Amino acid sequence: MSDIHSDATGEGSGGGPRTTALDAVHRALGATMTDFAGWDMPLRYGSERDEHVAVRTRAGLFDLSHMGEITVAGPQAGELLDYALVGSLSRLAVGRARYTMICDASGGILDDLIVYRTGEETYMVVANAANAQTVLDALRERGSGFADAQVRDDRDSYALIAVQGPEAAAILSGKHSLKGLTDADLDGLKYYAGLPGEVAGCEALIARTGYTGEDGFELFVSPADAVTVWEALTEAGKPAGLVPCGLSCRDTLRLEAGMPLYGHELTTRTTPFDAGMGRIVKFGKSTNDGAFVGREPLEAAAAQAEEAPPRKLVGLIAEGRRVPRAGYEVVSADGSVIGEVTSGAPSPTLGKPIAIAYVDPAYAEPGTEGVAVDIRGRHEPYEVVALPFYKRQR
Amino acid sequence: MSNPQQLRYSKEHEWLSDAEDGVSTVGITAHAAEALGDVVFVQLPETGDAVTAGEPCGELESTKSVSDLYSPVSGEITEVNQDVVDDPALVNSAPFEGGWLFKVRVSDEPQGLLSAEEYTSFTSGS
Repeated sequence: MSDIHSDATGEGSGGGPRTTALDAVHRALGATMTDFAGWDMPLRYGSERDEHVAVRTRAGLFDLSHMGEITVAGPQAGELLDYALVGSLSRLAVGRARYTMICDASGGILDDLIVYRTGEETYMVVANAANAQTVLDALRERGSGFADAQVRDDRDSYALIAVQGPEAAAILSGKHSLKGLTDADLDGLKYYAGLPGEVAGCEALIARTGYTGEDGFELFVSPADAVTVWEALTEAGKPAGLVPCGLSCRDTLRLEAGMPLYGHELTTRTTPFDAGMGRIVKFGKSTNDGAFVGREPLEAAAAQAEEAPPRKLVGLIAEGRRVPRAGYEVVSADGSVIGEVTSGAPSPTLGKPIAIAYVDPAYAEPGTEGVAVDIRGRHEPYEVVALPFYKRQR
Repeated sequence: MSNPQQLRYSKEHEWLSDAEDGVSTVGITAHAAEALGDVVFVQLPETGDAVTAGEPCGELESTKSVSDLYSPVSGEITEVNQDVVDDPALVNSAPFEGGWLFKVRVSDEPQGLLSAEEYTSFTSGS
């Protein structure tokens, strides 16, 4: 056997990886830990497949405290974000969240983000762990012209706990126990909304967001309260079959849900249009006279996406059993390279290997014949499908 | 899961049973199975194939990665475990029993296979 390792990318920092407020809990649960973007995070607690199935059918509990929270506050907070990001955040209603991106001056994606508007003049930007410093630096630099808005690094102010799956709402609201964990109006909390409340007696921002394709909640709490909230959810979730879940199943869940991952589908070499997400770029913003970082190159990218897209993001489903991995070439019947796999894994829900890949438009139609992936020298046949692979029944 | 006393081990994390009538059984250790995570696909050599100690003779796919399978000894494959091909999860649930991989008629054994104690101390550092 060789190569016993995970493909998590650590950033070697002199002081070793950072740990979350739940580190002792993970160790007590016997988690297999991995270095992820400079953080020591749970990869899985037992079988990653069982964890995946639990989220699809019952509920899973995740520690996501490695994610980077940045607060933007002040009368000009919305204008600052409109200038710094591709979306129109000044028009976001208080209590709502939006998926957006931050691009560089040439339109390349620096990170994908969730932005929560927590007050009239307050936003919370959530960046990927590996990009948090980049995003913070960019927001500070881009915000220098906005005297009436401040950018604050809140990475150490929050632990982030997610409860995801069809039973998540019932667990939080107390269907399974005599008393719910929160009095917050969860029925009134729409998907992609967030409101301040209490969970297990601790202050929390309760958001109905996630990265699994299931209903669920992300709870931003003080690190000092993280263990209390985690243990209360564990207890309340027991009758519903909630289990702790690691980053490994988080990756297969998002892959089935067709959600992109920074560093795989999204990089500085891709624009939102390349990734099939042009709809999140708002050229009609009225703030800052419509100016935002990356606007001109993104307009060009939009035009090109209309006329002659270089490559399109598609789903691939294996006919065989060998698993495609990021970087593997997609090939046509005559063996020419027509694309590249950006993510691949065995899909517990489909029972077959699946992949997301960029392929030439001529091969991007669902059902295109003769598409294969070069898996270590062997051309394995794959079916081209539209994303996502999995959509929950609402 | 502790490493059975009666087996010997390679530094590539295979185990090898004592030969019966010249034939040894080979599998991967619990330590290796744990490091891989859920195994989803096993590609084994075929009966009659010649294998060489320390050379790849198959593959193990898990959720996160693919790993080469090595033979700890040289010889001829006499049997492969079809059960584990059909149900790769056996590698995780019973690496030393039902999750065995192949049987090999040993023609040559390299120096340096480890005892259970040696393998345990070899892996306790990782």
